[in-house]
Amino acid sequence: MTEFLQQLINGLSLGAIYALIALGYTMVYGVLRFINFAHSDIFMIGAFAGYYLSKHFPRESMGGGLIVLAGAMIICALLGIIIERLAYRPLRDRSKLNVLITAIGMSLLLENAGQFFFGANPKAFPVLFPVMTIKLGAVVLSSNQMAVFIVTIVVLVGLRFIVMRTKIGTAMRAVSFNPVAASLVGINNDIVISFTFGLGSALAAAGGILYSLNYQAIDPLMGILPGMKAFVAAVLGGIGNIPGAALGGLLLGVIETFFNGSRWSTYTDAIAFTLLILILLFRPAGLLGKAQVEKV
Amino acid sequence: MLEIKNLTVNYGAICALRGVSLEVKQGDIVTLIGANGAGKTTTLRAVSGLLKAQSGEVLYQGRNITNLPAHQIVKLGMSHVPEGRMVFANLTVLENLMMGAYLQKDKTVIQQEMDYVFGIFPRLKERLKQVAGTLSGGEQQMLAIGRALMSKPKFLMLDEPSLGIAPLLVKTIFEKIVEINQQQGISILLVEQNANLALEISRYGYVLETGRIILQDECAALRQNPQVKSAYLGGM
Ligand SMILES: Nc1ncnc2c1ncn2[C@@H]1O[C@H](COP(=O)(O)OP(=O)(O)OP(=O)(O)O)[C@@H](O)[C@H]1O
Ligand SMILES: [Mg+2]
Repeated sequence: MTEFLQQLINGLSLGAIYALIALGYTMVYGVLRFINFAHSDIFMIGAFAGYYLSKHFPRESMGGGLIVLAGAMIICALLGIIIERLAYRPLRDRSKLNVLITAIGMSLLLENAGQFFFGANPKAFPVLFPVMTIKLGAVVLSSNQMAVFIVTIVVLVGLRFIVMRTKIGTAMRAVSFNPVAASLVGINNDIVISFTFGLGSALAAAGGILYSLNYQAIDPLMGILPGMKAFVAAVLGGIGNIPGAALGGLLLGVIETFFNGSRWSTYTDAIAFTLLILILLFRPAGLLGKAQVEKV
Repeated sequence: MLEIKNLTVNYGAICALRGVSLEVKQGDIVTLIGANGAGKTTTLRAVSGLLKAQSGEVLYQGRNITNLPAHQIVKLGMSHVPEGRMVFANLTVLENLMMGAYLQKDKTVIQQEMDYVFGIFPRLKERLKQVAGTLSGGEQQMLAIGRALMSKPKFLMLDEPSLGIAPLLVKTIFEKIVEINQQQGISILLVEQNANLALEISRYGYVLETGRIILQDECAALRQNPQVKSAYLGGM
């Protein structure tokens, strides 16, 4: 039982990170109907932004950690907005395939730029938050896991508030449903799309930092695998569906962790992709997604 | 209010409008009728900035708004209720109306507009929290018109408000359109397949055929016109 709970906590903390990344995929898909493959590299840039920022602020401190986290989120939000503006917007009226290919190119660009500027060798990620372990009976919660849970919960609640209660969030949902109708009520779709990219990229940055806290080493290609898995999580939950992305991320994290603890642990990384194939076969709309009826 | 001069619109190689000119005067109701595929929707979409015009001009309150983006045209006080209603099916009725007032910063003005919309369509007030996608077709049309009114327009374009709605409700909706025009002084350009009703409530009418205006006159006269009678008013 203890082991089960321990594994569950480990799984949820990994899943929370997948969820944070998955939200960016799903939100961008919601407004633009394409998969931003460069998203996983924004996650990586978030980790590096945290790495460099942490040199200027106290380590192992709550205040310093939060500043680094917020700083990385802001940097990535701006980066996401700039990428959309320069690379994707000019192709807005072209076929989705063109944008998709551009996104793959952007991903490669960021990875190579990362290797050029940050160096290809892994770097040790600093300890940002105060170290402590919390024992709940025999179950151990590390401070990094705590950080993951707290940050994820705050971010999810904040995101839900933005999307459901604010004007720009409502506009996001409106654009996502029908961009033409949105422009007819005076919504500037470009602004909403920029906002969405900024928001999604900020979440990826948070994910990148939390991930690095737990894995302690970062490198310019670190985004690829978690990014792919988060993409699977987004599809699992129902691409375009925000609660779905959160649910998909958590589920995937838990499933992977339990697998990792079993005798099939060598196949852990294959789980996500097996899952993807199964979803696409049996429930293409995802767990929370509604089957899309082509509009007439 | 609105003046369209020689408007030409192409979809790729297909020429949908071939030099359309029409005018809506301040406070007027003008209707544009025509068969399926004549180019009525295209005309409205070009005016509201959803489509680029190849040539010609759209003047709104004396200002050239040709090819201005749609969201900027809304700012000038023009509202377009699109064909097929296009309510935000994933948003509640209230959220749809609030989005209609997207450009309005003043909360009291928004509340006034909302009260006005509820006055016209009390049904919407009963269903504020309902998700728009679950409204009936007629209710969605009311919502689409209500949403368009939330921006406090001076000029309203309606694309087939009778589409797919029971005859009794169509009558109500047309009465409301007249009411909006008379009480608020909002000028209206109405596109309809139901030429009978459209010519009844409008003052002036244009007949569009394959991208060209082939007839224009006072509606009273158009209704007596043998060509209009046989083609659009069901024979006699
Ligand atoms: N997106 C498009 N691409 C290509 N052709 C189009 C497109 N939209 C409309 N058309 C063509 O342009 C012409 C005018 O269409 P439009 O929708 O303006 O007609 P309409 O008068 O509104 O018809 P209806 O009464 O059926 O709504 C039609 O021949 C139509 O096939
Ligand atoms: Mg039409």
